[in-house]
Order: sequence, then C-alpha cells, then structure tokens
Amino acid sequence: MKVDEIIELLDAKIVTGRICELKTVGFKHAFSSDLMSDVLRLTAENTVLITGLCNLQTIRTAEMAEIKLIIMTRGKKTDDFMRAVAEENDICIIETDYSIFRVSGELYKAGLLPIY
Amino acid sequence: MELKFEIEGGNFTGAGNASSEVKKTLKQLDVDNAKIKRIVVALFEAEINVVAHADSGIITVTIDDEKVEMLVDDKGPGIYDITKAMQEGYSTATRQVREMGFGAGMGLPNIKRNTDVMNISSVLGVGTNLKMIVYLNDTH
Repeated sequence: MKVDEIIELLDAKIVTGRICELKTVGFKHAFSSDLMSDVLRLTAENTVLITGLCNLQTIRTAEMAEIKLIIMTRGKKTDDFMRAVAEENDICIIETDYSIFRVSGELYKAGLLPIY
Repeated sequence: MELKFEIEGGNFTGAGNASSEVKKTLKQLDVDNAKIKRIVVALFEAEINVVAHADSGIITVTIDDEKVEMLVDDKGPGIYDITKAMQEGYSTATRQVREMGFGAGMGLPNIKRNTDVMNISSVLGVGTNLKMIVYLNDTH
C-alpha cells in the first residue's frame, strides 16, 4: 500500500515534510502497539507503525527499528521537535482521529498484513 | 574508532541520542543495514534502561573491522535479580517509564536477541555494567 492510499482511507493528514521518497514505497505490513520494546522486536521490512503513544520515544523507536511510516491515532498531535527528529531520519508521520482498532481494521481490510 | 556518551538518568528527552549518533556513524562506515539495526536496537534498549533506572551512565562504543563493542556502565540501584530481569515480561519500571512506552519487560531479552555477546553484572546500590558485542562478519 502506498502512503497516499493510507491517508485517504484514514481521513488522515501528513504532518512531516520531505516524504517524496516515501510516496513510491509499498508498505506490506502493519503493527499496532503502544509498547516500544515490542516494536523494537520487529524484523519485517516496510512496516507501518500504528500507535497512540505520542512522544519523542515513539520517533526514536521508529528510527532504530527502521520504520518509515508512523500513524498517530486517537487525534494525538505531534510537536515540532518530534516532527523535526522524524524528518531528520526520513520518517513520515500521519495523524488521524480514528482509534487504533479502526485504523488496524481499515488497513487489514485493504490488504496490509499482520506480523504475527 | 571510539565513541563516548554521557547519559543522564530520568532524561527521556535525551534518551536515544547516543543510539542515534551511533546509527549515523555506522551508516557512514557503510555497515550492513541488518547489522546496524541489531546494534542500535540493543544499544537503544540499554540506553533506555539507564535513563529509566539509573542516576547516570557512560556508553562507550568501539568500532573496528570485525565488531562493534558497546559498554554501558551506570551508577544507580543495580539489578536485584538478573535472572528474573532476563525473563520476557518481567519489569520493575515506574509508571513514568511505562508512560513513555517502555517497561514491558522486553529490554534485556531484546538486547540478548540482537547481540552476539552479552555480559551483564550488577552491584546493588552501586550500578550495572553491560557489555555487548555484535560481529560484523558472519564467520563468528
């Protein structure tokens, strides 16, 4: 799935700039978690992180785990510093008012695969 | 090449800065991406542990052609029962740590999983010393 399709499906908006490279990436898997150590165990590539944990450690975790797309759910808003760290590491953040459950359901229905 | 970082206990804003620097350095050195991920995931977990549990810590990362060796030495309460701490799901993290997305009891198991050598020793009331090695070629 492409990031544009995900955004449309979730009625979400991109809050980071510099994501041109990401536009062509096909995301295959998604993982929903507010626990960052669980995220750090993932080995699959091109994974989308669905989370409601909105702090700098979410971005740092994505950086270490090679996750390039974070979906912030439940209307959580990132701050300038989080977005700057994300952009520095070529990570795209999108924000949606949908819950983790709804985002997971929509993306599963659209063909993204679970990891476990 | 040696990199050294001072880690401040309780400073969650700075947590991850050392791991981030190490990742950038390894990329510049053209280290294989899968190896980089193992190294920085282990180091990040260790860095979070220092921030979450200790008063202060020093991270020393030595990179040569064969391996990346990481020493994480902290001053703090130490680990009461290392065998328990190595079990998945066991955690003594505070509520604040859990609110930051950690404290699921996966830190040390994640470090073990991502390193070729992991040695940990701890003295109660003094601190914890963690040594991690990831070999860069697969002959080890």
